[in-house]
Amino acid sequence: MLKKDLLGLYDTSAEDILTILDTAVGMKKLLTQNLKKLPHLQGRTVTTLFYENSTRTRCSFELAAKYLGAGTVNVSASSSSVQKGETLIDTGYTLDAMKNDVIVIRHPMGGAPHLLAKHVRASVVNGGDGMNEHPTQALLDFYTMREKFGDFRGLKVAILGDIKHSRVAKSNLFGLTKLGAEVTMYAPATLMPQGIEKMGAKIASSREEALAGANVVMGLRIQLERMHGGLFPSLSEYSKYYGVSEDLLHYADKDCIVMHPGPVNRGVEFTSGVIDAENSKITEQVLNGVAVRMALLFLLVKNRQGGEKNE
Amino acid sequence: MNKYLIKGGTAVFADRCEVCDILTEGNKIVRIAPEIEDAEAETIDAAGLHVFPGLIDMHVHLREPGFEYKEDIASGSAAAVRGGFTQICCMPNTAPVCDNAAVVGYIVARGKEAGMCKVHPIGSITVGEEGKQLSEMGKMKEAGAVAVSDDGRPVSDARMMRLGIEYASDFGLLCLSHCEDKSLVDGGVVNEGYNSTLAGLKGIPRAAEEIMLAREIILAETLHKRVHICHVSTKGGVQLLREAKARGVAVTAETCPHYFSLTDDAIMSYDADTKVNPPLREAEDVAAIKEGLRDGTLDCIVTDHAPHHRDEKLVEYNLAAFGISGIETSFSLSYTNLVLGGVLTLPQLAEKMSAAPARILGLEGGALAEGQPADIMLADLSESYTIDSRAFVSKGKNTPFDGQTVSGRVKCTMVDGSIKFRE
Repeated sequence: MLKKDLLGLYDTSAEDILTILDTAVGMKKLLTQNLKKLPHLQGRTVTTLFYENSTRTRCSFELAAKYLGAGTVNVSASSSSVQKGETLIDTGYTLDAMKNDVIVIRHPMGGAPHLLAKHVRASVVNGGDGMNEHPTQALLDFYTMREKFGDFRGLKVAILGDIKHSRVAKSNLFGLTKLGAEVTMYAPATLMPQGIEKMGAKIASSREEALAGANVVMGLRIQLERMHGGLFPSLSEYSKYYGVSEDLLHYADKDCIVMHPGPVNRGVEFTSGVIDAENSKITEQVLNGVAVRMALLFLLVKNRQGGEKNE
Repeated sequence: MNKYLIKGGTAVFADRCEVCDILTEGNKIVRIAPEIEDAEAETIDAAGLHVFPGLIDMHVHLREPGFEYKEDIASGSAAAVRGGFTQICCMPNTAPVCDNAAVVGYIVARGKEAGMCKVHPIGSITVGEEGKQLSEMGKMKEAGAVAVSDDGRPVSDARMMRLGIEYASDFGLLCLSHCEDKSLVDGGVVNEGYNSTLAGLKGIPRAAEEIMLAREIILAETLHKRVHICHVSTKGGVQLLREAKARGVAVTAETCPHYFSLTDDAIMSYDADTKVNPPLREAEDVAAIKEGLRDGTLDCIVTDHAPHHRDEKLVEYNLAAFGISGIETSFSLSYTNLVLGGVLTLPQLAEKMSAAPARILGLEGGALAEGQPADIMLADLSESYTIDSRAFVSKGKNTPFDGQTVSGRVKCTMVDGSIKFRE
């Protein structure tokens, strides 16, 4: 039984994660049959409240809601309105008063979804908060892994890139360790956060070590602003010493898959050869993202219906 | 003339606790003896209570002038006597900044008008706390400033700080340094470590505090001048101070109740009442702060009372203001965590919360003795209660200790022989 909100995988049980993944299997089936007008969420409303730019996550949530028959509203808050104007809590009160069932929030600051969730009756889904979590991205990653390997136990997952600022890396770590997978991370020292090994990650001291025997090779997007902030000297230096090329991929398991949350900087995190290789799941991840979000929205709303019969 | 006979309480002296009577007349303590009878005096029955020298907080923010919606001198000093304090020293980060004699004089006058505890202004080291030009320290001293500090906007330029320490010493003013290398803070909001990564909040490394702390020690040592370190929060900071004191450097230091009562586990709630600067640290830091208080490395306890409006805390963690409204919980947290926790004796607690700050700043008071000002606090150490921020006298209800049960309740505060708070 899922909670009211999905704020992160740190406090989501393995059982709930598997329930979402199981439900997503059926959703993907419907999607691939091109059935995109389903009745599951008819009469329900899903609002996306994005304080950060996003194309894929927002689009994915919106389509997931629409395919299930929900009404959708998109609210874009420019970053300046975070600093002044209506507070997040007041925005939450407003959206609540309009009888939204689910609010998907993306916010540049960690903990913003938690603050919102405390003050609204709607279910809150974290669509990425600062450096904290991006649970639905991790769920679609898990879906993609399970589709290929069937099971998480003993699965070796290598995550390479800007771990320090990555909510994707953390949500993956929290979920994968609960599901029994092994997570190894590699990043420049300036992009590796403190205490991550105490959360269950292995820290590799080289790309080769990180990739050795990996079933999943996951790259993370490097933000140009990190370079301007002095965290690494240049993109070419980054790709030379921290990027993954086809040659390096030979260290991984021969049956490995390549993943990336996107958007990819070609030639930086991965060479184009890696991105476009047969074992690359980067495009498949996007499709799986819609299926997983459909499953999540369906389960959250189903939960709510139990408690709101008289409404 | 006011005349009070405090009868039957256990007085906390520098070296012992003893049941005795204390007679005050006017604004002085006139007699301390086992049995005093005085028909003219009004008797305060202190049986079962402990009698402390009035507490002194050398680091508070009263927000006036400029931020009266957070706190003002009247509400802040009323909160202070509720917390057992008879003297408080307020930091200069007001609007306008307390960087000249006029603002110093204004604060002194407002403090007297409020008529609660003694309010001592701290002037800024540099004009506007901008770190560029020395404030008129001589004139501020004459108007009533007891120390100088740029508190939350520390003097980043080492030469400027050196000049500040030197010039302040000409007027017997001590520089109080809030140690924070802003380049290392870099927008951080919580302690950098396991919990900052877990919460996805930007960390402030301990080095940000310790690097400037080391600078101040070296300046004090090479200039042969005194310097005082504000709100020490890290294990490394305690170690730097311990080594400096062993070498004979004229450095003193303070810490706050939240640095020995709470770890950064509290931030996981994203409750911005846990946001404070320096940030809450980890268990090993808390242990080191306690050890520093025990062995004398840390001289005194202050609150860094930083009241804020609720709207400044009910926002995203990154956007919330730093600070804890602490003046009404300081004694209970200190008694509970330090005395009941086996770190300090009662006389040592009185030293940290009264005698030491008086000595560091050259204020009168800080001891129960004949001839001393009648600044006295009575507490019931057997009473436990639950902290309720809604009941705070301070306008600032921002505390991470709401709902916590503590021991040792302030029952009465006397300032200059007048009762300013009695429960």
